[in-house]
Amino acid sequence: MLRKLAGLSGSIVLTVLGLLAVTFVIGRVVPIDPVLSVIGENAPPGAYERARADLGLDQPLHVQFGRFVKKAVTGDFGVSVLTARPVIDDLKRVFPATIELASLATLIGVLLGVPLGIVAAVRHQTWVDHLARILALIGHSVPVFWIGLMGLLVFYAELGWVGGPGRQSIAFLDIVPVRTGMILLDCLIDGDFESLADAFRHIVLPASVLGLFSLAYICRMTRSFMIEQLSKEYITAARIKGLSEWRVVMGHALRNIAVPLVTVIALSYGYLLEGSVLTETVFAWPGLGNYLTDSLLRSDMNGVLGGTIVIGAIFIGLNLLSDILYRLLDPRTR
Amino acid sequence: MSGAASTLRDYLTTPTPRSRRHAALQRAWLAWRRLRNNPTAMAGLGIIVLIVLVAAFAPWIATHSPFEQNLNNRLAPPSAAHWLGTDEFGRDVYSRLVYGSRVALRIIGLVTVITGPIGLLIGAIAGYAGGWVDAALMRITDIFLAFPRLILALALTSALGPNIDNAILAIGITGWPPLARLARAETLTIRASDFIAAARVIGASATRIVVGHVMPLCMPSLIVRLTLDMAGVILIAAGLGFLGLGAQPPQPEWGAMIAAGRKFVFDQWWIAAIPGIAICVLSLGFNLFGDGLRDALDPKTHS
Amino acid sequence: MKKVALALAAVLATTGVASAQTPRDTLVVGWKFDDILSLDPHESFEFAGSEFGAQVYDKLITFDPQNIGPIKPGVAESWSVSGDGKVITFKVRQGIKFHSGNPLTAEDVAYSVQRAVTMNKSPAFIITQFGLNKDNVKDKAKAVDASTFTIETDKAYATSFVLNCLSANVSSIVDSKLVKSNEKDGDWGNTWLKTNSAGSGAFKLTQWRANETLSYERNDAYWQGAPKLRRVVGRYMADANTRRLALEKGDIDVARDLQSDQVKALQSNANVNVRSIRKAYIWYLGLSTKHEHLKKPQVQQALKHLIDYDQVANTVLAGAYANQQTIIPQGFLGSIDDKPFKLDVAKAKQLLAEAGVPNGFSVTMDVTNTYPSPEIAQAIQATFAQAGVKLELIPGDFRATLTKYRARNHDIYVGRWGSDFLDPHSNADTFAKNVNNADDAPAKPLAWRNSWQSKEFSDMVEAAMIERDTEKRKQIYENLQRKFTQSSPFVVAFQNTELVAERKNVKGLAIGPISETTFFRMVEKN
Repeated sequence: MLRKLAGLSGSIVLTVLGLLAVTFVIGRVVPIDPVLSVIGENAPPGAYERARADLGLDQPLHVQFGRFVKKAVTGDFGVSVLTARPVIDDLKRVFPATIELASLATLIGVLLGVPLGIVAAVRHQTWVDHLARILALIGHSVPVFWIGLMGLLVFYAELGWVGGPGRQSIAFLDIVPVRTGMILLDCLIDGDFESLADAFRHIVLPASVLGLFSLAYICRMTRSFMIEQLSKEYITAARIKGLSEWRVVMGHALRNIAVPLVTVIALSYGYLLEGSVLTETVFAWPGLGNYLTDSLLRSDMNGVLGGTIVIGAIFIGLNLLSDILYRLLDPRTR
Repeated sequence: MSGAASTLRDYLTTPTPRSRRHAALQRAWLAWRRLRNNPTAMAGLGIIVLIVLVAAFAPWIATHSPFEQNLNNRLAPPSAAHWLGTDEFGRDVYSRLVYGSRVALRIIGLVTVITGPIGLLIGAIAGYAGGWVDAALMRITDIFLAFPRLILALALTSALGPNIDNAILAIGITGWPPLARLARAETLTIRASDFIAAARVIGASATRIVVGHVMPLCMPSLIVRLTLDMAGVILIAAGLGFLGLGAQPPQPEWGAMIAAGRKFVFDQWWIAAIPGIAICVLSLGFNLFGDGLRDALDPKTHS
Repeated sequence: MKKVALALAAVLATTGVASAQTPRDTLVVGWKFDDILSLDPHESFEFAGSEFGAQVYDKLITFDPQNIGPIKPGVAESWSVSGDGKVITFKVRQGIKFHSGNPLTAEDVAYSVQRAVTMNKSPAFIITQFGLNKDNVKDKAKAVDASTFTIETDKAYATSFVLNCLSANVSSIVDSKLVKSNEKDGDWGNTWLKTNSAGSGAFKLTQWRANETLSYERNDAYWQGAPKLRRVVGRYMADANTRRLALEKGDIDVARDLQSDQVKALQSNANVNVRSIRKAYIWYLGLSTKHEHLKKPQVQQALKHLIDYDQVANTVLAGAYANQQTIIPQGFLGSIDDKPFKLDVAKAKQLLAEAGVPNGFSVTMDVTNTYPSPEIAQAIQATFAQAGVKLELIPGDFRATLTKYRARNHDIYVGRWGSDFLDPHSNADTFAKNVNNADDAPAKPLAWRNSWQSKEFSDMVEAAMIERDTEKRKQIYENLQRKFTQSSPFVVAFQNTELVAERKNVKGLAIGPISETTFFRMVEKN
C-alpha cells in the first residue's frame, strides 16, 4: 500500500510537471507581446527593454521554464493584466464561487441521479429506464451554454421565476460581508435571509443546468453498476431466501456499488469544473470559469495559464482522490 | 470468388472464411445485421446520413446564399421568404443552418483524421513494445488526460490564434489520449494471444506484426470510441465557436451562430435557439449510432 | 452602516425583487469598464480610467458639465502667457483640500507634472510633447510660490493646444504628501496608486474590483459644490442585454454603452429615457502600404468606394454610429462635415482595373473581438466582395491585434481611435504625421503603423501645432482633412455615439465627447 502510494505520488509529480510544461509552451507561442501587456501602448523604448528584462524574457528558454515552474509551485502566476493584481489572489477570490456552484450541481446530480439510476436498473426497460437513458443522452448531446441561454430566456426573461445573470441582484450586492466567498453560506452565517433568498434565486438555474449533466452521468453509471450487481449470484440467492426486493437492492446491491459510485461522483465533480467554464460565461457567474474566459478574450495570458494550471491541478487532485478513496473503501484492496 | 460462394450473401455468411479479408468482411456483415435490428442505432444512423446529405446538397437545399447580407431586413421573424428568419445582417438563418452542416462535418472529419491514427499508433506501439517505451508514452498520455479537454483546447486555440483550423488542431491534440489508452489495452490482450506468438516464431518483424496484426484488431473498439467521440467533438467545437475561438465570420458555424444570437436572445430568440437544436440533433445522432455500434461490434457489453 | 444596508435589503425584499429600486441617494450605473488597467491617473490611458480620473481628481483646466466644449479654469484660477509664447504662468486657486485634508498648493501641481513626466507611462507623451523630460522637468514645471505654477515649453505652441492637454487625465493633480508616504523603491507611489486614490475631486474612490465594481462616495467639501447624490456605484455588466434588462427591472439607474438593437426595445418603455452622445472615437480602416496592392492610390480609392457608410450606420450600428469620413471628430476645433465617398461598386471596379487588379484580390483584416468591430467588419466584408476584394477576417482580443498592428504585420486593420485630449492635434498628429518610417522608430503613430509617410502632411500638422491664431489654425486643419480623405491609406468611416439609457427620475448626468468630460457630480434623482 505504502509503496503504491509512493509510486502514485511520483507519477503525480511527473504529471504536474507535464502540465506545467504544456502551459509553458502555450504561453510561449501566444502571438501577443507580453511586454506590451505590462507597459501599455505608448511607452518609450527604454521602458520596453527594462520590462522585458524584468519578465526574464531575455533569458534562454530552459532558464525561463525553470523560473516558471518555481513560480508556479509557489503559487506565483504573475500579475493579471485584467485586474492589476496577482493572479493567485484573483483565483483565490473567484474559486469559492465555482466550488459553490459545482457542489450544488453535484448535490442535485447525486440526489436525483442515484435513485433514478437504481430504479432504472431495477425496473429495466420500463419508462423510468427510458427516462434515464434519455437523460444520459441529453447529457452527451446538448451544448451546456445553449441550454443555459435557453434557460435564461425561459425562466428569467419570460417567466421571471429565477434571478438573472450574476450571483445576486444589484440591490443585494456588497451587503453580506465576505467570509467563505460562497454566497449562500455567507448569507447564512450573517443570518440575512433576504439576501439568502435572492442568492438562491440566482444560483438555482446555473446549478440546475450543470446539475443536469452531473445527473446524467451519475444516473448512467449507477444504472450500469446496479444492473451488473443484480445479475450476480448472491442477489439471486438473496431473492430465493425470500428477502423483499427493497432489501435486496438497498441492503445488498447498493452497498456493493457504493465504492465505485463514490469515485464516479468525485470524477463528475471534475467534469463540472470543465462545464463551469461555459456555464459561468453564460450566467456571468464570477467564478473560475468566467475568470478564465474573461482572461482568454482579453488575451491576459497570466490569467489564462494560472486558471488552466489550477483547474488542471484540481483535476489531477480529484483523480488522485478517487483513486485513494477506491483503495481505502474497497474491502478487496484494503 | 468461385465454388460455393456464388452470391454475395453466401460469401458473407459461409462458415469457412477463405482469407483474413474475407473474415473481416464477414464480421462487418454480422455487426451490420445486429445493428439493423437496433432501432435507436438506426435512428442515429438516419440522422447522420440525413445531415451528410444536407451538407452534400447544400446549394440545392438552401434557399439563399449563406453569406448574402440584406441590411434592410435584419432580425426578421420566420416567414415564407425566410423560413427561419434572418440574422443581424439580414442573412437567411435557414440557409446558414444548412451550410453549417458542412462546417460541422468538416470539423468532425478532420479531428477524427488527427486523433484516430495518433491514438492508434501511440497505443499500439506502447502496448506492443512495453518497457520504457510504454512507460514514457503512457506518461505523456496521462499528462494530456490530466487537463480537462475543453480547457486545454481553449488555451491552445487562444495561443495559436482563433480560427477554425487551429480549433480543429486543438481539439485533435486533446482528443487522442483516451484512444491511445484504449488501443494500448487492446494491444496488450492481442499481444498475449497465440497467433501473435506464432507470427513472431516465423520471424515477422515487430513493425509487421503491429501494422499487420495488432492494429486491424484494435479497429472495432477504436471505431466505436471514435463514433461516440464525434458527439463530444461537435460540442467542444461549438463551445469554441461560442467563445469566438472557432470558426470565424462569415462562416456559418453553429456555435458561433448561437454566440451571435445571444445578443438578441430576449427579443429574437430563434436566432440563438435554432443552431442549438441542430447541434443537439447531430450530436444525438452520433451518440445513438455509437451506442448501437458498440453493442453490435462488442457483444460482450450487450446487456 | 451594515444595519442600514440590512434594513434596506429587507425593504427591497418585501417590495419584491421584480420591482427593485435603487437607493434614493445612490446612482447605480451598469456598464463595461474592463479596460481599466490602473487607477493611477499618470499611468491610466484607457477610456474608463480617464473617466474615473474626472470624478476623483482635479486638473488645472476643466470643463463645465452643463456645457462641455470650451475649457474653463479649474484648479488654475487664471493664467498668462509670456511674450515669447513659451512660458505659461498659472494662478492656483486657494482653499482646495484633498480628500486626505491636505491643502492643494502649487507644489502639488508641480509634483504631479514631474511625477507624470518622470514615470513616463503611456499617457506621459501628452505632456512631454512640449519638450519636457525627466532631466529638465524640475526646471520647466515648477511652483514659484504656494499659489503660482509655471510651465515652460520648448517652442511657442498654440496656447489652446497646451491648455487642452492640461485638461487631460494625465494632468490630474495628486496629493503629493499622501502619494510620497506610499512610495516604495522610488516608484513614485505607482504601485499603491494603481488601486487607490489621492485626489481632490467631487468623489472619493470607495471600491474598485476589476470587472465587478467601481464605486464612489461624495466629497462633501468639494470646492465646486458637493455632489447631490451620496454615492455612485458602477456595476460591471459585460453583456449589453443584461444592462438593458437590469435597467428595465429597475436594478440600475443608468445603462451605458447600449447597442442599437436594444434601444428599439427600450424606446417603448415609459420609465426610461434614451440619449445618444457623440463621442470622439473615429472608426477607420488602416491600409498597410507594405501590401503590394494596398499601397496603390487607386486601390485605396476603390476601397473607400466599397463601404455602404449610411446603410451600415443606420442598420447594423443604428444610432450608435454616424457616417464620418474625416479624421477630426465633430465637436472639435477644425472639424468639417465632408462625405466624399459612398458605395459605388462600378467606380471601385474601374479603379481596381486601373490599378491592374480588375478581378480584385485577397487580403486579410485584423479585427478586435468586441462590439461593434466584428459587426462592421462583416458588413464591409460583404460590400468588398461585390468588387472581388476577398476579405479574410482575423479576429483577436485588442491586445493581440494591437501587437500585430504595432509590428506592422497586418494588411488591413479595423480600428477605433479615441482622441487623447480635446484638441484636433491629437488625431492629426497620429493619422497624418510620420517623421521616421524606420522599423525601429521610437514613435509609432497610425501613419507609421501603415508604413505611410508624407512630408506634406507632416509639415501641415507641425504648422497647425504652433499656429497661435486660432482661426488660421482651424483653416489648416480643414485643408489638411480635405486632402487627407483623398490621398491617404486610411478609410475613415464612422464616428461613435454612445447610447445611454436612464430611468426617468435621473437627471444631470453629463457625458461629453471624451472620457475626461463625463461627470457624475450634477446628477440628481427624484
